[in-house]
Amino acid sequence: MSTVGTAVTRAEYCVIACAEAWRGAGEVLASPMGLIPALGARLARLTFAPDLLLTDGEALLVRPDGTPEGWLPYRQHLALVAGGRRHVMMGASQLDRYGNQNISCIGDWSRPRRQLLGVRGAPLNTLNNATSYWVPRHSVRVFVERVDMVCGVGYDRAAALGDTARFHRIAGVVSDLGVFDFATPDHSMRLVSLHPGVSVEQVRAATGFPLAVPDEVPRTREPGAEELRLIRTVLDPEGARMREVPAEGARG
Amino acid sequence: MGDKTMTAEEVVSRLASGMTLGIGGWGSRRKPMALVRALLRSGIGDLTVVSYGGPDVGMLAAAGRIRRLVTAFVTLDSVPLEPHYRAARERGGLELTEVDEGMFLSGLQAAAHRLPFLPVRAGAGSDVMRVNPQLRTVTSPYADGETLVAMPALRMDAALVHVNRADRLGNGQCLGPDPYFDDLFCEAADAAFVSCERIVDTAELTKEAPPQSLLLKRLAVTGVVEAPNGAHFTSCAPEYGRDEEFQRWYATTPWAEFAERFTGADEAAYGEAVRRWRKEREG
Repeated sequence: MSTVGTAVTRAEYCVIACAEAWRGAGEVLASPMGLIPALGARLARLTFAPDLLLTDGEALLVRPDGTPEGWLPYRQHLALVAGGRRHVMMGASQLDRYGNQNISCIGDWSRPRRQLLGVRGAPLNTLNNATSYWVPRHSVRVFVERVDMVCGVGYDRAAALGDTARFHRIAGVVSDLGVFDFATPDHSMRLVSLHPGVSVEQVRAATGFPLAVPDEVPRTREPGAEELRLIRTVLDPEGARMREVPAEGARG
Repeated sequence: MGDKTMTAEEVVSRLASGMTLGIGGWGSRRKPMALVRALLRSGIGDLTVVSYGGPDVGMLAAAGRIRRLVTAFVTLDSVPLEPHYRAARERGGLELTEVDEGMFLSGLQAAAHRLPFLPVRAGAGSDVMRVNPQLRTVTSPYADGETLVAMPALRMDAALVHVNRADRLGNGQCLGPDPYFDDLFCEAADAAFVSCERIVDTAELTKEAPPQSLLLKRLAVTGVVEAPNGAHFTSCAPEYGRDEEFQRWYATTPWAEFAERFTGADEAAYGEAVRRWRKEREG
């Protein structure tokens, strides 16, 4: 099957950007949550990050072909988080400029307007291992001035904790519009790259707080031919990625 | 050594309103649903429920049986948000102690070890501290001087769990890939009731399965209930997966309608109601 000449889709740039989160991570567990982060982690594992460990989403550590190579029931998974040899990419219902994340509820916690998942493992994750976030639909509803409930701990909260937060690191954020990090003097969110077809103004308009933007913003890198082949014919031949991030222009 | 077999109704007869009740499994996985259904049929309420929440929490919350919930999440896994739990929260229908997944584990371990608390890093800096003003921190007495969260023991009056096999004495076996936290629930509770797919002779437990599958020790088990399909509609690997179609129906049907059809006289009536439901769908 030839992939030459087929334009790279927004979803495919997102997969590439998510994969990059695990570049240089070494021999650690990659814990992607959501379809596109899962494709990214597996792509990284098959290309530039071959030492990554992956799970089957349940209790097994598996190689890319599905062969089990280890046992990781939830209890050991929680212990592994505390040990820090892990880089998780979580979702975020809300995310603020210092990386505080909310997946618990919207509105007043004591009687929420909208109950979501609960804090889950976000407090544990963010204080113990590298954490990234994936936002499939970049909007002012997600990127807010203040989150309603701090589940994942941001840089301002971590700074106030001192040594207790010595393992805290938010590696970055990938959205359908671009890539972001917190590498500014006050650890506020910064635009790192724009996916092709996205403008700085579009990102600013979809972000509910002032965003650090360098004078020259690079584009998210192009996928290599082998990466495109893996995404299109090995990892996601059915094109499920297009359901999480529709084709450019189809965004309502 | 006593025979600990009993019926789900006998289990419920040993529980009472106002108790703190632990429920094993995780999300929509290997939940002791037959015991939860027996609880629903009883008049027991005003419960403090300790659970990595799934439809167990959703059903008990919908029926108004939970006064306080202690949890890190409530989910149906394949349906991310538990609709009946959400509705209960959004109408202010229960009190909540919301902790992190790792804090929850430490709380179970502290209770099982008869410790007042265990230090954990998780929770610090998050709003778990804000919404649980009773939580305290503890400072390391060693040179590091680190300040950590002192997660209090999650001691329970009773625990309900479901496993694949058990003998009549209460030795419980998990044949799936994940034991979840069911042994800890049993050890952290004053009484523990185990339902299982099948009760077998003790010798049969290790005939084809390794000793590592023996999850529950009889000294931590009060009663054993044989409940085939007793985790339905959650998964019970390797014997059956989640009943996704039924779960979707549960998640999209008003509680009153669901309860009328599926909280009948006993477990046999439940099985019959599910069979009838399936026939209608296929019909």
